[in-house]
Amino acid sequence: MLIGNFKETYADDEALFRTPASRAGLAVLLAAALVFPFVASDYLLYLADLVGIFAIAALGLNILTGYTGQISLGHAAFVGVGAYATAIAATRLGLPFWLSVPAGGLVACLAGAVVGLPSLRIKGLYLAIATLAAQVIFEWVFTNWTGVTGGIRGLNVEPAGLFGFAFDSDRRVYFLVFGLLALLAYGAANLFRTRVGRAFIAVRDRDISAELMGIDLFRTKIMAFMISSFYAGIAGGLWVYFARVVTPESFPLSLSIQFLAMIIVGGLGTIKGTLFGAVFVTLVPEGLRAVTQAATRLSPDAMSWLAPMKEIVFGAMIVGFLVFEPHGLAEIWSRVRRFFWLWPFPK
Amino acid sequence: MTVDEFLQLAVSGVVTGGIYALIAIGFVVVYKATGVINFATGELMMLGAFFGWTAMTVLELPFAAALVVAAAGAAGVGALVERVVLRPMLGQRPISVIMVTIGLSSVFKGLAQLLWGGEYRSFPPIFPRKPLELGPVILPSRQAWPFLIALAAIVALAAFFRFTRTGTAMRATADDQATAFGMGIDIRRVFSLSWILAAVTAALAGVVVGVIGGISPQLGAVGLRIFPVVILGGLDSIGGALVGGIVMGVLENLAGGYLDPLFPGAGVKEVAPFIALVLILMVRPWGLFGTREIERL
Amino acid sequence: MEGGTEPAPAPGAGDVILSIERLSLAFGGVQALAGVDLTVRRGSIAAIIGPNGAGKTSLLNCIAGFYRPQHGRIVFEGRDVTRVPAARRPALGLARTFQNIALFEGMTVLDNIKLGAHAHLETGVFGALAYGAGARAEEEALRDEVEREIIDFLEIEHLRNRSVGSLSYGLQKRVELARALAMRPRLLLLDEPIAGMNEEETEDMARFILDIQEERGVTVVLIEHDMGVVMDLCDRVTVLSFGERIADGTPAEVQADPDVVTAYLGTARVG
Repeated sequence: MLIGNFKETYADDEALFRTPASRAGLAVLLAAALVFPFVASDYLLYLADLVGIFAIAALGLNILTGYTGQISLGHAAFVGVGAYATAIAATRLGLPFWLSVPAGGLVACLAGAVVGLPSLRIKGLYLAIATLAAQVIFEWVFTNWTGVTGGIRGLNVEPAGLFGFAFDSDRRVYFLVFGLLALLAYGAANLFRTRVGRAFIAVRDRDISAELMGIDLFRTKIMAFMISSFYAGIAGGLWVYFARVVTPESFPLSLSIQFLAMIIVGGLGTIKGTLFGAVFVTLVPEGLRAVTQAATRLSPDAMSWLAPMKEIVFGAMIVGFLVFEPHGLAEIWSRVRRFFWLWPFPK
Repeated sequence: MTVDEFLQLAVSGVVTGGIYALIAIGFVVVYKATGVINFATGELMMLGAFFGWTAMTVLELPFAAALVVAAAGAAGVGALVERVVLRPMLGQRPISVIMVTIGLSSVFKGLAQLLWGGEYRSFPPIFPRKPLELGPVILPSRQAWPFLIALAAIVALAAFFRFTRTGTAMRATADDQATAFGMGIDIRRVFSLSWILAAVTAALAGVVVGVIGGISPQLGAVGLRIFPVVILGGLDSIGGALVGGIVMGVLENLAGGYLDPLFPGAGVKEVAPFIALVLILMVRPWGLFGTREIERL
Repeated sequence: MEGGTEPAPAPGAGDVILSIERLSLAFGGVQALAGVDLTVRRGSIAAIIGPNGAGKTSLLNCIAGFYRPQHGRIVFEGRDVTRVPAARRPALGLARTFQNIALFEGMTVLDNIKLGAHAHLETGVFGALAYGAGARAEEEALRDEVEREIIDFLEIEHLRNRSVGSLSYGLQKRVELARALAMRPRLLLLDEPIAGMNEEETEDMARFILDIQEERGVTVVLIEHDMGVVMDLCDRVTVLSFGERIADGTPAEVQADPDVVTAYLGTARVG
């Protein structure tokens, strides 16, 4: 029974993890995350890396779309920009990963600023359509600027290395990915403890009265675009050292949509939800694959259903959450918590 | 490049543009009435095309009957989708409404793959083989006839909005929902009708596109081409969609014809409309013929 | 711009804090304000009244910077602010509430109030991401200030962590006042602060407004329809009708003015 928990000072009340229970939960989670790579199979580690990279990108998107209300249909393009920038920094300039990945973040951040620049004049749905155009144009550039991007053959990159240690397996890359994910999730959560994050939410909820409260709309929106694409760029940089090759078809519109699905399913405007969403949206198709594989015993051509079923389940998941659980997994999570908070006396 | 070649490019651009216009009109009808950006327009088109194809090849109906089947089937899908999915979303944030239509498009794509398989299919020959000659310009009949069908559909739609009671009610609702409601117009019926109309329009466009180039569950990807069109024409202008469709059709054809040789293999045609889209938004953030929203506290 | 020291409570009470000269504002062909003058003394409570469509909210919007007047000047604390962008005005000491509540629905009551202080805070994006010592100190000081000066004062301790959408109309108005106080105003603009409230809520709000003026020395300009409250609270009343000022004076003077009676009764105005 966990009833009764009174904060002593305002500082306690401002902490990210406020209760002993939530701090204990965090400790358990961290311990599990540290043990995981030593016990998990290669396949699970591959999935974990993928989830981690996508979670970083989705955090960026949630900052822009969930918290600031600026819809982006081009987030995958920024991941791509970060990936190419990292790959180029690593191969042409010979930078080590701890410089090339941040370089990818910074270049994506600048690209985000450029795309965000018109956001003061172009609003709402029109802005969403503009980001869609950015997605199409960036993809085109990735494919056709062969001198820089290597065209459809792409760029190959050596594994990341540190003091002679090579991050040359999914198990080793795991530490890079989840170290950065932890850092960036902490940063994102911090953002919303301060005036910067409050301004983002205010712009989303009512931009005009936000302005009359002293918030510079232009600066705020550009800032959201830049932070968001920085996160995307870091995710792209990690992708480079995960996949070790960058090709244009890795960053299609459908990936942008997948990021949007993650923040919708997880919960718009929540950090925790973003993480839930990244896990859920990445793992559901894998679960479907497992089920279909099992079904081949009953019907040998079951595998041919996999591709269409993935489409249907993906779409139905988005529609279902929006119609029945518009606040996403984060809200389900807090309902469950509230239930156990008062357990065994649930109201 | 010669004048004849230019004309050839321009005219076949107009043909493509006429079809873009038809798809875009379905999109605009829904946006005007309900404020929803319908990302499933392309997939409604694809479903309509498959309905028509099934009617012709499996049921062996004549082409005209197949058009009716396509329209009726799509109308059913449109009505169902509006009632079951879009209505509960009324008044939700734009991101949610956009994502719901994206989710639907994914479901439609998957369903089509399950029902009809993923491979490419073509319509049986329908139109007379003789190409249409307009002076120096030669149009293969596979393009000329579908274009005429698209044009007829657009004219019919325009007439519906102008001359029928229901069309007038729909226009009134689009202009001012509260007043229309006060006048006794059934808003929910208008919403439902606008989805049905959009689906029918998309289905006709789908059959037309299918006849020209064959169909597959990926056909809906053409739906993306709506966006440059409606940004040029305005999200809420049917006349704008017509003009925008044709301009974009011509633009991409000319861009392809003149620039592709400079960028070998690059497919300038694919990206040119989107560059135009960005340029238009820079100049007029609400589209060339769109209505500017007035900001209020 | 601003001096290093904050003025003590109600310094030089009685000097002019806000002076509006010949202010005109038109939307297309509609003249919302036609050469309006207004002078507000520091530490006073001034009311702007008038029939619907008289231009009251337009005037407030000009002072807050949401509308750009075509002619005339707005001078705040001796500085011409007519062309200062809206987002810069809170830093100068101007704050407002809205006729139709404009709280941020996605935030808690506490965050809404904290947001009011935005213009006076300094944490930048890097400080925010790291939540380093500077950001932490700033947030803790802000929390302290908000708790002591605003939440206690307005008696909304129990609402802190509620989402604003779940509050009653009257409480939402109170939270809006709280947010405006967090803006650390020297001039507070209230657009119909008690409209739609029940009797008890009205009394509470009137008491808060008086306390804000008396204890904190904040000058208040309010728009209100409830004449009883206006007469009780305000030192001066300005009457607008069809975008023009038709009377200005103490509540008693204005009440006796025949032009005002005519404007309110809606008799056709001559000339």
